[in-house]
Amino acid sequence: MTAALSPRLTAATTSRVLRQLRHDRRTVAMLLVLPGALLGLLYLIWSEIPPAPGQPETFDRVGLTMLGVFPFVVMFLVTSIAMLRERTSGTLERLLTTPLSRPELLLGYGAAFGLAAAVQALVTVTVAATVYDLDVAGPLALVVLIAVADAVLGVALGLLASAFASSEFQAVQLMPVVVLPQFFLCGLLVPREQLAGWLQVAGDVLPLTYAVDALQEVGGSTAATGTMWVDVGVVSGAALLALGLAAATLRRRTS
Amino acid sequence: MDAVAVTDLVVHRGAREVLAGIGCAVPTGQVTGLLGPSGSGKSTLLRAIVGVQQVRSGSVTVLGRPAGSAALRSRVGYVTQAPSVYADLTVRENARHFAALHGRGAAAAEAAITDVGLADAAGQLVQALSGGQRGRASLACALVGEPELLVLDEPTVGLDPVLREELWSRFHALAEAGTTLIVSSHVLDEAGRCDRLLLLREGRLLSDSTPDELRAATGTQDLDQAFLALVRTSAAVAAA
Repeated sequence: MTAALSPRLTAATTSRVLRQLRHDRRTVAMLLVLPGALLGLLYLIWSEIPPAPGQPETFDRVGLTMLGVFPFVVMFLVTSIAMLRERTSGTLERLLTTPLSRPELLLGYGAAFGLAAAVQALVTVTVAATVYDLDVAGPLALVVLIAVADAVLGVALGLLASAFASSEFQAVQLMPVVVLPQFFLCGLLVPREQLAGWLQVAGDVLPLTYAVDALQEVGGSTAATGTMWVDVGVVSGAALLALGLAAATLRRRTS
Repeated sequence: MDAVAVTDLVVHRGAREVLAGIGCAVPTGQVTGLLGPSGSGKSTLLRAIVGVQQVRSGSVTVLGRPAGSAALRSRVGYVTQAPSVYADLTVRENARHFAALHGRGAAAAEAAITDVGLADAAGQLVQALSGGQRGRASLACALVGEPELLVLDEPTVGLDPVLREELWSRFHALAEAGTTLIVSSHVLDEAGRCDRLLLLREGRLLSDSTPDELRAATGTQDLDQAFLALVRTSAAVAAA
């Protein structure tokens, strides 16, 4: 592994991945429109149901959480398939014979899909705040920031997961394996303090828990809280760890 | 000095021995043909030379360094058997990407595209191209780095005779300019176009010679017949 990361080679990868995305107009359209549309469905589900006394609107709580979950899930799927394609098309083997290092390749991917996620989050948050009146106490810019951190986490886990899949069928099935336990335990379905002790511990070590917690912090206070920054730090750290593991599982020499 | 030196190379894939102790040398500035039937271990040997093959034992030295060294990656170009380019990018975008990885600009990308005769298709998506065009797009992505050693795995498969002729002229022009080329093929009629020949069968090297030496050693003008003669001799040696 090379000692220093080359920004030039990382940027070359980012620009290449974004160009591939640009040629796939339908995917771009789906990335931008689908999260907002699904959020609309959630809005309609709860629009006629009055909230429990003293509780915030259910849509405000669930909708805000979903702003973090969508980019995580979508980017996980997109990246694990993209990386699998690199493997099966022979382009990965070829890249590994060029001066591009493995961390540069993976960071390039992370940056490309992180940028895509930023645009997606801007659209979705704008739609949520204007069309569905999503009530967030803190600044919307922080919601976008957390959504991007979640997306990068999804990218990193997707890159790692693709090492354990040798076909698209396998890659797609890894999505529920990685995503659903984190979703079940993050506190959205059942408040975390009501979970059995060992399930709380399981939630404590899963990064999506911190992503959801960060969003709830923004939803509940007008300025960024220390807890929120710690949460964002944990999510980013988990993303870096996953990228490191993905680089380690990416073998230059194969049998 | 030889561009590539292979010593006692053994490669296993699962329980199967794919290369059974190969030793050979590839001289600098020549076109060396790696010939043998499908499944003889050609691609595995090429993968070992570019440093992406796990090897059991033996050594591969490329341009004076162990195969796969970081310092070699800007000096060696590799074209896999299946075209390894991005189908969802245009020919130009592919060439520019690999140019960027080698620290070269758009002009180098255009030159490489022209070299493989794809200038008219530069703006087309690779997935819209014919098989032969895809192969040439893949070749352009290796030429773009102007490597000292060019490793080509069956680059002429599926090409019409005119294009094949053009590519072989291109290979010899590169060799005259100092580039070392290793070109694999399972078509023996391409053997006569190489400066040197490595004949591989069932993971063993049958011959490492020039086409003329091979003809002289087997007493036949036809390289197809020469290959057959070598197979019979080695079978007789093995039986004895």
